Amino acid sequence: MSLMNLLASGDPLYANGVNWVVILIVVIKVLLSFGICLVSVMLMIWGERKIISDMQSRIGPNRAGPWGMMQTLADGIKLFFKEDLIPDKSSRFVFKLAPFLSLVPALVVFAIVPLGGVVTIGGYTTEIQVADPPMGILLALALSAIGVYGVMLAGWSSGSKYPLMSSVRASAQMISYEAAMGMSVLTVVLVTSSLSTRTMVDSQGGGPWHWNVIRLGVVPFIIFLMAAIAETNRPPFDVVEADSELVGGFHTEYSSIRFALFYLAEFLNTVTMSAIMVTLFFGGPSGWIPPIPHLQWLFPILWFVGKTVAFCYLFIWLRGALPRARYDKLMELGWRRLIPLSLGWMLLVAGFLVSPWWGLGMIVAIVIGGVILGRAFKLGSELELSDTAVLPPVAKRIVPPELVRDLSDRDEKDESGS
Amino acid sequence: MNTMMVLATTKTIPDLLVFFVGAAMILVGAVGVIISRNPVHSALCLVLTLFGVAVLFIEQQADFLAVVQVIVYAGAIVVLFLFVIMFLGVDRTEELGEDRLRGQRPFAVALVLLIVASIVALGSEAKWSGGASSVVGPNQGPYQNVADLGKAIFTDYLFAFELTAGLVVIAVVGAVVLARRSADSNSDDADAQLLSAQGQPEGVDQ
Repeated sequence: MSLMNLLASGDPLYANGVNWVVILIVVIKVLLSFGICLVSVMLMIWGERKIISDMQSRIGPNRAGPWGMMQTLADGIKLFFKEDLIPDKSSRFVFKLAPFLSLVPALVVFAIVPLGGVVTIGGYTTEIQVADPPMGILLALALSAIGVYGVMLAGWSSGSKYPLMSSVRASAQMISYEAAMGMSVLTVVLVTSSLSTRTMVDSQGGGPWHWNVIRLGVVPFIIFLMAAIAETNRPPFDVVEADSELVGGFHTEYSSIRFALFYLAEFLNTVTMSAIMVTLFFGGPSGWIPPIPHLQWLFPILWFVGKTVAFCYLFIWLRGALPRARYDKLMELGWRRLIPLSLGWMLLVAGFLVSPWWGLGMIVAIVIGGVILGRAFKLGSELELSDTAVLPPVAKRIVPPELVRDLSDRDEKDESGS
Repeated sequence: MNTMMVLATTKTIPDLLVFFVGAAMILVGAVGVIISRNPVHSALCLVLTLFGVAVLFIEQQADFLAVVQVIVYAGAIVVLFLFVIMFLGVDRTEELGEDRLRGQRPFAVALVLLIVASIVALGSEAKWSGGASSVVGPNQGPYQNVADLGKAIFTDYLFAFELTAGLVVIAVVGAVVLARRSADSNSDDADAQLLSAQGQPEGVDQ
């Protein structure tokens, strides 16, 4: 009975009880969503390779299918038939489990994303999304927390040094950025006063001025974007698989289909994060609907796909444009900048939701807190650099920074001179 | 209000199924934590247990608690455990042959018996096994979870909530103090010794 109550909460499909047709509709939705995930990953990988090659003045994949579109499929088939190696020193069960821990959360998160409006087929009204649970967006956070295990355990179970370093990095990085991400999601929850993704999307209907990215100020969106890049291990925050430092990162020892699963999960996470960003900050499927009869249901889906593709492009563009961040700088950005900023902004939004006076009071509190925090950071960095440092520096520079700067400047001058 | 209580206590077949799956996850995980030789495997079994608890929370219509359980425990705390285990040596298996504390084993058995006895005693009370009595009152529907909990925490139980927050802050400050080295004991610094032992010259960067 309790489970039935839970089901009946979101989607109008369950309003009149569950029968075979309802179950059939749900199964179809799940299968469709699975298919959409796989096809979108295929297109995403192809798009990434094509766009990056355009940015780097290369041609990119152009053999399999029109414009090389089937390249991903060909690669997948190739990986499937390759030899599956398991390192001797690995922890076998965990080694085999890790790719699935990575992939399954990525697939499940897609279920809570509203892809379109509400449709009625043969008397059954349903939302175009697999599930609309009352805890909605928290499910996305929980599942991305589970996704961390895939990366961590893959690195650990390989029984090899570089993957282990990668998994230590992964665990630290993901915990750090999850905090900032959670707090920027919380601002959206505050204005929506609901956790359900459907309610969030509905509350943003009525034009771009109602989108959360505008309503909340742009800051929570920027924080979410940065945290999302760090959570999905995308460049420029892909220190987990930094190939210049860690060979291949956590999946160095993986081959064949297990490697393909990691690859799939990574790109699926990118697509899903884009979709979640569209849902949280850009109104999801809402948008202008032209008055064409019988096709009203189609345009929200097109809007959603268009917005998501724009974000996927942004992810690719960032990879093409930015160099990889250094690991300690990445952690510093997360802890010293993003977490205080997201906390302050959340307090600000909460204050202004109560009343303008509370909002002003929050501004004062944030300024005072910011000054104290800035002073603490300054003292801390002085302690770190001074001779009487209480905390040992993380790494020592072998060549003094001034000398490095001199050398690199001279190189540039020489090149421009000749 | 009365009907909600009745709803919470009547069980259908899916409810029972979910309960047994959740209970099995918890028990298998809990046993695994104890019998695994590898600390990483223990931590993974702990995750399984926490997942089982989350499943039981959903079964009790506490879906918010279920998700928070996964985010906080599985997503942050056990990840930190694993982080520490990986940092402090991965293949180090502790010697479990002898007792660390004298009389550890008989004491453990006695403690287990005591806990089992108290659970049975509590279970014999109707409201503990039925789940009808709760702090925030009967569940008003799936969307009321957060509102009910928030209201209870920030009104009736504010003092306990603030005390817990204070405890966490004290723990953080304590950890920082422990991690901090005193400025005058640089000479017998473990890291400095390590560096000089490896022949790494000190203060190259200055």
